[in-house]
Amino acid sequence: MHNRPQHFHAQAETALANAELRANFRGAMDYLRDKRKTAFADADEERTIRDRAEAIRQRCLSKLPELLEQLESNCIANGIRVHWAENADQANAIFTDIIQSHGGTLAVKGKSMVSEEIELNHAMEKEGITCLESDMGEYIVQLGQETPSHIIMPAIHKNKRQVAELFTEHVPGFQHTLDVDTLIQTGRNVLREKYRTADVGVSGVNFAVAETGTLCLVENEGNGRMCTTVPEVHIAITGIEKVVEFLADVPPLFSALTRSATGQLVTTYFNMISGPRKENELDGPKEVHLVLLDNGRSQAFADEEMRKTLQCIRCGACMNHCPVYTRIGGHAYGTVYPGPIGKIISPHLMGLEATQDLPTASSLCGACGEVCPVRIPIPELLQRLRHEAKQDPKPGTAPMRGQKAAASNAEAFVWRSFALITSRPVLYRMLTWCATRFRRLIPNKLGPWTRCRTAPKPAARTLRELMAERNK
Amino acid sequence: MSTARTAILDRLRRVNARPLPVKNPDYPIWTSTDREDMLVRLTELLEQNHAEVTRLPRAGLVAALRERVSGAGLKRLATGTGGEFFEEITQALQGTAEQLCFDQPLEQWKDELFNHVDAGITGCHGAIAATGSLVLWPGPAEPRTLSLVPPCHIAILKASTLHANLPAMMTEQGWGRGMPTNLLLVSGPSKTADIQQTLAYGAHGPKELVVLILEDA
Repeated sequence: MHNRPQHFHAQAETALANAELRANFRGAMDYLRDKRKTAFADADEERTIRDRAEAIRQRCLSKLPELLEQLESNCIANGIRVHWAENADQANAIFTDIIQSHGGTLAVKGKSMVSEEIELNHAMEKEGITCLESDMGEYIVQLGQETPSHIIMPAIHKNKRQVAELFTEHVPGFQHTLDVDTLIQTGRNVLREKYRTADVGVSGVNFAVAETGTLCLVENEGNGRMCTTVPEVHIAITGIEKVVEFLADVPPLFSALTRSATGQLVTTYFNMISGPRKENELDGPKEVHLVLLDNGRSQAFADEEMRKTLQCIRCGACMNHCPVYTRIGGHAYGTVYPGPIGKIISPHLMGLEATQDLPTASSLCGACGEVCPVRIPIPELLQRLRHEAKQDPKPGTAPMRGQKAAASNAEAFVWRSFALITSRPVLYRMLTWCATRFRRLIPNKLGPWTRCRTAPKPAARTLRELMAERNK
Repeated sequence: MSTARTAILDRLRRVNARPLPVKNPDYPIWTSTDREDMLVRLTELLEQNHAEVTRLPRAGLVAALRERVSGAGLKRLATGTGGEFFEEITQALQGTAEQLCFDQPLEQWKDELFNHVDAGITGCHGAIAATGSLVLWPGPAEPRTLSLVPPCHIAILKASTLHANLPAMMTEQGWGRGMPTNLLLVSGPSKTADIQQTLAYGAHGPKELVVLILEDA
């Protein structure tokens, strides 16, 4: 049973109590933060690259419908088939149709968070299709029947001992070792056999270029190239927000992405796919499909402030710098996208009913906003979502999915009473008089408030009384 | 799902977002016009990323290839069927190792390419000094999997095709006007740090990347 955002509080507590998990995350986050710090020469360089990346993302989003149409027509001209999906069910139906029309039973998949979003692996399993994760981290996570706990390093919650145990259990012939090279070789050998025999390759998309109909993929391992090159059919899936206007928009975003994510100047591979194998070519997929998924993104798009959520280029820097994520890890959130970006995108994907606790899981320290390469104002958006979870929408704006889901009658009553008391002097004086005179009657335990705080004790006299005394 | 298409686009249009003009604030990017400067940077970065780099004159290509192949004990090498260096490659492999020309669709010799080939040799379309990246432009004469499937990739690069950075190369060559089916930047052998942040090479693709830079070509 996977974690769910509805049980965030309980999951966070369990995670906090797990010393090994906390050590794994602590080590990984320190490592990634250091790497990012050294990737930028100085603060000026960091600022200017963020200026550029932010400007590109905002411009491209401002033209989103036009760019999607341009992308579609250029992809079609290149021989790529384009599909649109409103939600997970529609996207999975598209996958099923394509794979079954080729009689396929095995798909190999490169890293794609959008495919996690639609739970592609489970949906394909129901149709009798095996969908195998090929990113080393994802492969480990899939063996353990888990979900990724980080969007860049999916198996970051595991140490090598835990990986070795998983391999011992699941990979026939594996000789137990803690040597990371041997562990990677083990994964390599299993997966190479699968690339060779798979009917279909699946990938995500980092940037989809409207100008040329090109799908860009960023990776280090080469599994993305394998999945998009060796099988006869390649299906790419992406959220509708990933489109960029020009090919020239790609280099600054690519640079911002790799440096923010893993502190690399560049990744080992940058793969630009602009069509299936041509008649005179000898390899590459014979069919390339692109699935454009909405799944709540158009809701975020509708509001100018929330639209900034869609600027995200999925670098994970916000997670690496979040004091909450660093301590509880990715699984506690119970959402596909964990950490700060997860807290602001998940309400659009899943509705506020399910995700109402997430925006409150932040100290609003601002670290996430400070490192975001495209300057998404995450702390402001968190506050906005806290508001939307409790209140009616602003007049003239459409309600969010699950608007007001966290509203509580008791809380509303408290606020109304507070307003009443503080706006009526007689009532206010009466109450403060009672509070000071009967202060010893206030219990020492006040529910969750006193779990880590002492109960407040009113003073013996109100300030007003003390002042009156002094001025006598 | 054309109904999905209409519904999504309608929802996005209804918002009436104001299209922002193209404004691209400047950002610093490594640049140079000096060839030696670029060569040094390219070599340094490639080596940092675990590639093996040799600079040599074009006349030395055959000998260098031969030395590399026999020195590393490579027995079966996949090559293209054409390309600028095809003759030199063929000459170098004669009597040194077995040459397997990629002259049939992948499906017909997938098993062999995956399991019985020691290295693949390709030329490069160019390279980018700023990030230490080779640019590969696979085509019928040198297919995509040559640089991907064999455990060792030998890449031959002409120093004259080196560019300072990616935006410069894109603009100078007009990539925006049209792209090949697959274009690649390669900046080292395949690697991963997915297990406890420990770097390991040869995750899925080549474990070794050998770059021969022809300085006078």
